[in-house]
Amino acid sequence: MNRPADLAALDGAIVRATQAGLPLCPRPYDAVAQSLGVSPALVVERLRAMLASRAVRRIGAVPNHYRLGWTANGMSVWDVDDARIDALGERVGALAGVTHCYRRPRRLPAWRYNLFAMLHGRDRAAVEAQVASIAAVLGDASRAHEVIYSTRILKKTGLRFA
Amino acid sequence: MSGLADPVDRAIVNALQGDFPLCERPFAAVAGRLRIAEDDLIARVRRLLDDGTLTRFGPLFDAGRLGGAFTLAAMAVPAASFDRVAAIVNALPEVAHNYARDHALNMWFVIATPTPEGIDAAIARIEAATGLPVLAFPKEREYFVGLSLAA
Repeated sequence: MNRPADLAALDGAIVRATQAGLPLCPRPYDAVAQSLGVSPALVVERLRAMLASRAVRRIGAVPNHYRLGWTANGMSVWDVDDARIDALGERVGALAGVTHCYRRPRRLPAWRYNLFAMLHGRDRAAVEAQVASIAAVLGDASRAHEVIYSTRILKKTGLRFA
Repeated sequence: MSGLADPVDRAIVNALQGDFPLCERPFAAVAGRLRIAEDDLIARVRRLLDDGTLTRFGPLFDAGRLGGAFTLAAMAVPAASFDRVAAIVNALPEVAHNYARDHALNMWFVIATPTPEGIDAAIARIEAATGLPVLAFPKEREYFVGLSLAA
């Protein structure tokens, strides 16, 4: 079980065995190993390798934001000068309260925004304060922006590969 | 102010948003740090998942680094058919997350597929099943991804 193709197949099997969640038992990696017919040490080794390659972002819990009191969840979107977006995007991503920050394509004429920063607050006033911080960082590089609040989680299962 | 009243639940949710240990008895390791029993931690995680406080517990995979792909996508859904369209979109296993948002583009979802070609196929299926155009917003560059919010 050392050839790259074997390892890729094993990694795929680990993804499929754990994408819905880790078993809730004292030895969860042993349980995964048993279901795959491999040793627990190998499962732990592959998860460690996938963490190192960032195929696994982390192992842990994903909360429902609303249940934790983060009831104002705004996707702030900005129309930023293409020549300056990368330098400014790094600075926006570093601001407190920004959980995700990406450059994405414009879809003209329907959609002019190319910078997306996800913001979370206990109330909308907190999010609006974060928006003001981002606006200050972007300055005249931003030509327009909107904050689009989520009103409902329709689905939040995470990735599911068949 | 927090949404979770129970201080032990709060400590658990905060601890589990960090890195869950890769060792033989990871729940015991976390429980020791929180000064609670291993079986109490496991029972509480099960309850927090069952009651919807946690939506998932396990490895969080990056589809792009597993040889697949993912994209953010959006649709403008007429109010009268919103629930019907949500059911169609949510039924696709390729749809990992879906949110209703307060905008003309009022449905925003993430599609994750094991192959890059799977994205276009999933979008085509959604468009065919709903009769509505889908706008795709694949990430061109990632500036920051944090993954935790205090309980």
